[in-house]
Amino acid sequence: MKRLSRLRRHRAAGPILLIFALFTIGTTFQVASAVNNDATSVADRSVTIEEGKQIFLKGCSSCHGLNAEGGQIAPSLIGVGAASVDFQVATGRMPMADMSTQAMRKKPVYNAEEVNALATYVASLAPGPEVPGEEALNYERDGSVAEGGELFRTNCAMCHNFAAQGGALTQGKYAPTLMGVEPRHIYEAMITGPQSMPVFSDKTITPEEKLSIIKWIKAAESEPQLGGAALGRVGPVTEGLLVWTLGIGLLIGVAVWLAMKAR
Amino acid sequence: MTARERIAGNVAGYVDDRTGAAKWMKKNLTKVFPDHWSFLLGEICLYSFIILLLSGTFLTFWFDPSMREVVYEGAYEPLKGLEMSAAYASTLDISFEVRGGLLMRQIHHWAALIFMVGIVVHLLRVYFTGAFRKPREFNWIIGVGLLTLGIVEGFLGYSLPDDLLSGTGIRIAEAIIQALPLVGSYLAFFAFGGAFPGEAFIPRIYTVHVLLLPGIFLALITVHLMLVWYQKHTQFPGPGRTEKNVVGYPLMPVYMAKAGGFFFIVFGVTAFLGAVASINPIWLYGPYTPGQISAGSQPDWYMGWLDGLVRMAPPLETHAFGHTISWNILIPGLILPGIMFTGLALYPFIESWATGDKREHHLLDRPRNTPNRTAIGVMALTFTMVSLINGGNDIIATTFHLTINQMMWFARISIIVLPPIAFIITKRLCLSLQRADRDLVLHGRETGRLVRMPNGEFVEVHEPISPEKAWLLTSHEQLAPLELPEHDASGVRRPAALKNKLRNRISRAAAVAVPKATETERRELEGHH
Repeated sequence: MKRLSRLRRHRAAGPILLIFALFTIGTTFQVASAVNNDATSVADRSVTIEEGKQIFLKGCSSCHGLNAEGGQIAPSLIGVGAASVDFQVATGRMPMADMSTQAMRKKPVYNAEEVNALATYVASLAPGPEVPGEEALNYERDGSVAEGGELFRTNCAMCHNFAAQGGALTQGKYAPTLMGVEPRHIYEAMITGPQSMPVFSDKTITPEEKLSIIKWIKAAESEPQLGGAALGRVGPVTEGLLVWTLGIGLLIGVAVWLAMKAR
Repeated sequence: MTARERIAGNVAGYVDDRTGAAKWMKKNLTKVFPDHWSFLLGEICLYSFIILLLSGTFLTFWFDPSMREVVYEGAYEPLKGLEMSAAYASTLDISFEVRGGLLMRQIHHWAALIFMVGIVVHLLRVYFTGAFRKPREFNWIIGVGLLTLGIVEGFLGYSLPDDLLSGTGIRIAEAIIQALPLVGSYLAFFAFGGAFPGEAFIPRIYTVHVLLLPGIFLALITVHLMLVWYQKHTQFPGPGRTEKNVVGYPLMPVYMAKAGGFFFIVFGVTAFLGAVASINPIWLYGPYTPGQISAGSQPDWYMGWLDGLVRMAPPLETHAFGHTISWNILIPGLILPGIMFTGLALYPFIESWATGDKREHHLLDRPRNTPNRTAIGVMALTFTMVSLINGGNDIIATTFHLTINQMMWFARISIIVLPPIAFIITKRLCLSLQRADRDLVLHGRETGRLVRMPNGEFVEVHEPISPEKAWLLTSHEQLAPLELPEHDASGVRRPAALKNKLRNRISRAAAVAVPKATETERRELEGHH
């Protein structure tokens, strides 16, 4: 007790307390303002919506309609939400290069800011799934690889293949490879169900489970080639191709050499 | 006599006194084998079989063929804590914990693929050169048996680890068993010891895979080789080679060295593939549960054509008397393969029946000189290739940006249309090659040297070919078509008229040939030039 009261009356006690208080308040403010950063002020938001609308009118409206109400060749975007726009535009799928069976992943046409403006505009039309924030995507912390693998094999492997390399669907459609896809986009695909993909709502697969799936995909992506050349990780087809070319080719080559008459 | 020779002689004498082996060895070690690279194809199978026995034995030390449920606590992080069968867990342990285990697994699997490739290329060589003819029909049947058992054995091995891919394969095998009318579901229950997947299947196929089938293989391979030994090897036609001799090198030392060396090369190639190329990465597939499946699930290549047939089958079913008959599985899964393997096994008998040729043959045919047989072979190959390609239609579709539906329709149409076209084209090609041979014998080799004659005419100088080459091109015999009587002496139709008519017709088709150059023709032309 005596010691505590002596410290309380120490010369440095006041300044230390002050620094501590300032630090606490500053950090709290920082955290609070970080949370608020996403929700820009009403004025900023309306500016972004206006920007987004301009981009939309130039780049999207010829197919999706002047008010995103959809047309004969493109669906309505009212209520699809920011997540859907972010997935389709930031992965380069939209705007489509041609009206083939499926929008392909390609170099994005718009930069991150423009995508954000477009997403904000479309989200302003009607509520829909939102773009998950950084905090919601911390799959390294919140996911489990083994559980993710189990969920992936149950829900995703039937189209995307056991190692997330992609696979064929009917009529020329396909499930794309998931190698090198941003975690945010994988998450958005699950909640919005782009193209042939079904929606995996938070009731079917909880947000934590989604993070586990992402963690497993990322683990598969960075997995070293354990048994030698991976041969595309598509199963026995490439193995058969290799044995019928390199394997038997080498052996027949040697057989020809062995059977040559010694000169 | 040096000391070394004396010691060797003493040892040999000691052994011979007790075994009497010298006489037998003297006879057999000088046995002559003809030299041709294609005669080494069968050896690829023998050697990869030995590799399979050795590497397989290694794998049994650690593999636990049990469906007991365990929780994985091994080294592979992405599967840690999952429930799986002991079979799958022990395969993971072989891959990640056992020293050299993954290499052995990969060598075993690559050797299995090479074994099957070896069987097929060996079979093609035997078929297209007519080596199956009398007296080798039984050996041909043994070979077809080895091919069939090889497919089964390979499939069982692929199924053992109980991973997601192989479980899917077993599921399809169960469906094919169930497709048998009336007895199918009972048989499936019998094989699986209850409902799919059950706990009995993996231990059962393990016994079959490591004990029963390898035993049968050993027995069949032994008989196969003993027959080759007893009947002597066939040889390609050439100067000095007749139906009554074998031209080549003696077993000891030349052939022994070549064959022994080839074993190590086959082992080397297999080990090389096992070391550099991943095969059946079961840790990526995950453990099998019936509720899961992966896109692009495929069998190994030797089953791929069967899978392709099933994939292209249209959805045909009949319902009668409370039973469903799934023709869409029954036809491609059982009936067509049954017809194909029966036809393959009986082919030597069918051919000798059709051509009426019942003589012994030890000299091989050049494929062009038997256009009908060659064309039938290419036709069968075309059929199998179309179905094999369709077996990988999903991988091909994503790789080449095609639609899987178009691929399937392409396969459905071409499996009917392409084989006959292949037959016709092959037959025409063979006849054209015969014609080219005839021209070569009669007119000699085109030298490319142009000479201007005094009268201004340009001619190309032809050089006569060597007598050896001429012999090779003309030594084969050309069978005349059968002319079996359809009517007896008094003009009444014989009881066997229809059969004879059919045989006459087939043998006429088989005997179509460009008449080979004869000696008289050659002389005539030489005088002319």
